[in-house]
Amino acid sequence: MSKRVLLGILLACGLTAPALAQEPKTGGVINAVIQPEPPGLMLAMVQNGPVQMVAGNIFEGLLRYSPKLEPQPELAESWSVSDDAKTYTFKLRKGVTWHDGKPFTAADVLFSIEMLKQTHARARNNLVQVDKIEAPDDYTVVFTLKQPFGPFLGIFEVGSMPMVPKHLYEGTDFKTNPYNNAPIGTGPFMFKEWQKGSFIRLVKNPNYYEKGKPYLDEIYWQVIPDAAARSVAYETGKVDVLPGGSVENFDVPRLSKLKDTCVTGAGWEFFSPLAWLWLNNRQGPLADKRVRQAVMYAIDRDFAKDVIWNGLGKVATGPSASAIKYYTDDVPKYPYDPAKAKALLKEAGYKGEKIRLLPLAYGETWQRWGEAVKQNLQDVGMNIETIATDVAGGNQKIGDWDYDIAFTYLYQYGDPALGVGRNYVSSAIAKGQVFNNVEGYSNPEIDKLFADGAVATPDSKRKEIYEKAQKILVEDVPVAWMLELQFPTITRCKVKNLITTGIGVNDGFKDAWLDK
Amino acid sequence: MLSFVAQRVVKGVIVLLAIVVLNFFLIRLAPGDPAVVMAGEAGASDQIFVQQLKEKFGLDKPLPEQLFIYVKGIATLDLGFSFRQQAPVSKLILERLPATLLLTLTAFTISLMLGVLFGTFAARFAGTFLDTAITVFALIFYAMPIFWVALMGILLFSVTTDWLPSFGYETVGANLTGLAHVIDVAQHLIMPAMTLGLFFMATYTRMTRASMLEVKRLDFVKTARAKGLSDAVIQRRHVLRNALLPVVTLAGVHSGTLIGGAVITETVFAWPGIGRLMYDALLQRDYNLLLGVFVICSAMVLIFNLITDLVYRLVDPRIEYAT
Repeated sequence: MSKRVLLGILLACGLTAPALAQEPKTGGVINAVIQPEPPGLMLAMVQNGPVQMVAGNIFEGLLRYSPKLEPQPELAESWSVSDDAKTYTFKLRKGVTWHDGKPFTAADVLFSIEMLKQTHARARNNLVQVDKIEAPDDYTVVFTLKQPFGPFLGIFEVGSMPMVPKHLYEGTDFKTNPYNNAPIGTGPFMFKEWQKGSFIRLVKNPNYYEKGKPYLDEIYWQVIPDAAARSVAYETGKVDVLPGGSVENFDVPRLSKLKDTCVTGAGWEFFSPLAWLWLNNRQGPLADKRVRQAVMYAIDRDFAKDVIWNGLGKVATGPSASAIKYYTDDVPKYPYDPAKAKALLKEAGYKGEKIRLLPLAYGETWQRWGEAVKQNLQDVGMNIETIATDVAGGNQKIGDWDYDIAFTYLYQYGDPALGVGRNYVSSAIAKGQVFNNVEGYSNPEIDKLFADGAVATPDSKRKEIYEKAQKILVEDVPVAWMLELQFPTITRCKVKNLITTGIGVNDGFKDAWLDK
Repeated sequence: MLSFVAQRVVKGVIVLLAIVVLNFFLIRLAPGDPAVVMAGEAGASDQIFVQQLKEKFGLDKPLPEQLFIYVKGIATLDLGFSFRQQAPVSKLILERLPATLLLTLTAFTISLMLGVLFGTFAARFAGTFLDTAITVFALIFYAMPIFWVALMGILLFSVTTDWLPSFGYETVGANLTGLAHVIDVAQHLIMPAMTLGLFFMATYTRMTRASMLEVKRLDFVKTARAKGLSDAVIQRRHVLRNALLPVVTLAGVHSGTLIGGAVITETVFAWPGIGRLMYDALLQRDYNLLLGVFVICSAMVLIFNLITDLVYRLVDPRIEYAT
């Protein structure tokens, strides 16, 4: 062994040793920001971001996912797949109890799935390939599928399929069940108190099945509606954790430089938020593929990333974010090229027809982005009119197809069959709803590829199908992909191990501890 | 007087009903459907799900039927159910009412007392440096947007000097009781109440000043002076008392709107009041909750107007209640 290699090994050991030596410490209280205030905490009933961020500590799913999106045990300790990829058998953890002391069993799993089919639209969509679910004993659950479904092991995270206590919900009116406001789960923290408009308090579950966990005694989720006030709350030491999206982007660099502050972009791999512009393919200039391509060339996406998003995130290459399975960047490229955009517009015969642009009413960052895009498009000769709405009004316009260009960003949930296809296949065109194929793109070849991709085996076959689909879509530009967003989580450095999975802060604080 | 009150109450109920009906339709005129908002947040929005939500909210029924159901509920003091927050509207409002009342009544008292005091001084020393100084001071707070004053207050008193907490109603997790709790809440209250109070103070200052200068010129003041009364007595008993009528009118109007008018202050200082509840309900198109807040706010305006009318008489015995 050469001296250099030996030195390298010694250095490596020396550098990693302190990290390994740091044993988690027990105790302490974390103050975190939650924004906006969740409407409820019953994850099976309401699934928006803030609900999951808090309730991800109270409820659990059968699985969690690593940053590389590999399944990891949670309430299920092991699982197996039959050779024909149609039968999935989960072995549940023994000795798990609900916060009220009742045991968690396979009956709860069966009940949860039945309930979620009524209350959780995404869960219902994820379960369409399931033929039957059985519980041969208290700790075994067997899913039998109608046909193989590639992403099946990716649908068991807590937000996608939270487990609900059967003994408290069976036979009740789900929407008015009193436990919606005092939820009972199996998670590492228990619901204690909610002063509406002020804070939500969770306390340690002393009977948690993973011995020694959680390390923290309590979590306070503080409701602070103003973005500037949230920054101040962190600066003045009133909160220790600012989850992604808590402060405006222009505040991130300043806060990141504060003493004892750590910043990470990790923990969004499962969701992979991707921002794009809906382009109305049905009518007006944007019905022409060349005009849509011109939009891609006209927009300076590096500027948006570097200036509006402070260098966070990545320029998107197509319909899949790079953390999503079967992602490929081997697709047609659209660099910032105003001259090419102008040429395409000329070729398409665009004569200055008015194009309506709907920005996203999610605060300052999005407003600025809307302005930047408008300017880019005007620079190449497009006649852009900005239409200002609030979120609900904007959704209505988009759902009614009453727009030309509209900002959005959506989660992709790890697999193209779960979070990508829904925006491009023609069966997902339905007026009055948002977040489906609202652009009205219809291509039988894409329909077939996504239909085949969902059920194809083995994995290499799926890869081939989805790579082909990505190439076709990027050529057709049904929507204009902008950025893979990154929402940095800002914490005091004494908060350790906050993010350990690809689900990030939405996965609960069970591994987190305070280095006091 | 009793029959005057009874008459006003009956009128008030009719006005309230008109407000309910008007708001019911106004809210629905705004684009955006609560079912679509919720389905969107769920990360999936299929037709079955949206339809299910509409049925759950009763939004699939014809509008007149929805209105009838709502008004019937109001008649039995039932403000309906917030499907978004999964709780009865009255419970949600009652949870927030104390914080709002504490904030707005404190701000109201500050603004009225300081406003009348400064206005009196300004009138007494009209044309002097003191008058100009008071006017400028009052106008600064009136002209600056509330959110700006709030943020500057936070910057100065929380970030720079660390004298006052920057947000919230109390120190979360401190579990204080008794006097310590009262002091804690008071510390949290100072900045939001001053921000809101200083804004309204300006109008009272200006109104009191103008009104007093006008009254001062009237004959009965001359008479009082001729009788040999001291200047202090004339100012207090004769001028101020007569000059207060327009101030009381303005205060009556303000006091009603204070309930719903504290949205910005409550937002910047994370004060858990009704203003924010209303704002969130509006963004989410939570119809029942929004209507509920409107009903409460309208009722407050009506009640405060009634109180104003009664106070008139105390201030000016010449006013009689027409029955």
